[in-house]
Amino acid sequence: MATAIEVRNISKQFVLRHTRSLKEALVWLLKGRRGDLSQKFFALHDVSLTVEQGESVALLGFNGSGKSTLLKHISGVMTPDSGTVRTRGRVAGLIEVGAGFHHDLTGRDNVYLNGAILGMSEEQINERFDSIIEFSEIGEFIDTEVKFYSSGMYLRLAFSVAVHTDPEVFLVDEILAVGDEPFQRKCIAKIKELAAEGKTLVVVSHDLDLIPQICERGVLLEKGRVVLDGPVEEVVGELRRR
Amino acid sequence: MSSVEQLVRPGVGAGLADTFRSRFLLKLLVRKELKVRYRGSVLGLLWSYVKPGVQFLVFYLALGVFLGLNKGTENYAVYLFSGIILINFFSEALGNAARSIVGNGGLIKKIYLPRELFPVASVWVSGVHFFPQLVVLVVACVFSGWHPSLLQLAAAVAGFVIVALLATGLGLFFGAVNVYFRDFENIVDLLLMVVTWASPVLYVWTMVRNTLGSAFFTVYQANPITIAVEIYHYAFWYPTTSGTAQLPPHLVEIWLPVGLAVSLAVVFIGQFTFRRLEGRFAQEL
Ligand SMILES: Nc1ncnc2c1ncn2[C@@H]1O[C@H](COP(=O)(O)OP(=O)(O)OP(=O)(O)O)[C@@H](O)[C@H]1O
Ligand SMILES: [Mg+2]
Repeated sequence: MATAIEVRNISKQFVLRHTRSLKEALVWLLKGRRGDLSQKFFALHDVSLTVEQGESVALLGFNGSGKSTLLKHISGVMTPDSGTVRTRGRVAGLIEVGAGFHHDLTGRDNVYLNGAILGMSEEQINERFDSIIEFSEIGEFIDTEVKFYSSGMYLRLAFSVAVHTDPEVFLVDEILAVGDEPFQRKCIAKIKELAAEGKTLVVVSHDLDLIPQICERGVLLEKGRVVLDGPVEEVVGELRRR
Repeated sequence: MSSVEQLVRPGVGAGLADTFRSRFLLKLLVRKELKVRYRGSVLGLLWSYVKPGVQFLVFYLALGVFLGLNKGTENYAVYLFSGIILINFFSEALGNAARSIVGNGGLIKKIYLPRELFPVASVWVSGVHFFPQLVVLVVACVFSGWHPSLLQLAAAVAGFVIVALLATGLGLFFGAVNVYFRDFENIVDLLLMVVTWASPVLYVWTMVRNTLGSAFFTVYQANPITIAVEIYHYAFWYPTTSGTAQLPPHLVEIWLPVGLAVSLAVVFIGQFTFRRLEGRFAQEL
């Protein structure tokens, strides 16, 4: 099996205090870069992770442990301070459903816009349009502006577009808790189906009962470091003990 | 499976070339802007014809007839309007492009896509708004007895390209630096305020030459906006007059290529800066 994602010794530091004003930055520079503008911390610290094609991996850890940051590095949204990230094939980063949806556009326009943002071509969207609508069960509301959707409907449509992008690698961040109970089951079934089709999945979720149903492998992050990497039951068990 | 594909570093784009590759997305982004702008209005895009039309009539009556500026400059309203539509285009394009990265921050920090798309889409949208103003200008010209040559028409196209490139280059530059320091929004506003007066839009270029002297005038003249505005005078206003007005020397042979070259250089600088800074957009937004 070929490698789908290769993360090698990446580190990422963030500053604790951002400034948006030139005046503050100048004062700071004149003072010889002293003071709180320069305070940094490691969001990721020497993280390495190799994911083979077709694997489904769960990223686990407490709030602020760096899971979303790691996904953003894999999707290319962020670049590491040191180390390298390489991926094979198209990667869809579903960091948040509905990023790229515009409230004043209709559901239909949003399907096209969001589909294109996630990397689909015009023909691909045309081809999958009916299937996207069917999966979302939006029905006749498709030509309504999405600001009039209920929040569940909004998420359904967004999720439906996302799973129809058909990439090699799926990065899923906390989006499994979408919609009502039946739709949630449908989403989880869809994700499992993708995994069964041999897609590579990296899933972040705090739902420790759900995770073992989808993933075989677990990676535990703590304060930006990988502390455990193994079979998912083991890692979930470890996280529960903490 | 597509194991033929290579392992590549994600998030490394090809700059402006990517916007061409993602032209479908660019089209959708432009369409979104336009739809959102005219949402809920019955006349829709027709408004962008009404506004410049009324603007022209006001110029014609208030400035040309009442203030009597027609006596100094033949067809003063056409003169003014042909420069002003370029300034309008430039102001809207640069103003929006400079804010486009911060404005789309929610998307940029969640999904990777060629970020150059946003400033380029802003310029494109302004180009769409430029068109109705151009139509109003042409109608006004035709009523004033316009008889342009092919060279003049071609020069007008080049003038538009000069401004579009300049707005793209500056838009990339300010769009990127604005992520780090929001002060640059105000700097852009300041710049846009000066732009109208730094080119012969409301006055005539000979006034500048007579006051500045030829050395400083060359500097004044090297501004791509100045060149484009003069080209618009040459293409739209001049053919409606008796042809006695003085045009800047070597406008088409020398200054037009200079304007294109300066604008292209600005695009390169803008693209260079943008690429240097874009790696940290997601964390700074
Ligand atoms: N752009 C940024 N600038 C500064 N700090 C940041 C930035 N993005 C994330 N952080 C910090 O990095 C740390 C890791 O954040 P991250 O979002 O990766 O956590 P997470 O593991 O996804 O947490 P959660 O379970 O709450 O989603 C946090 O302390 C967060 O405050
Ligand atoms: Mg997170």
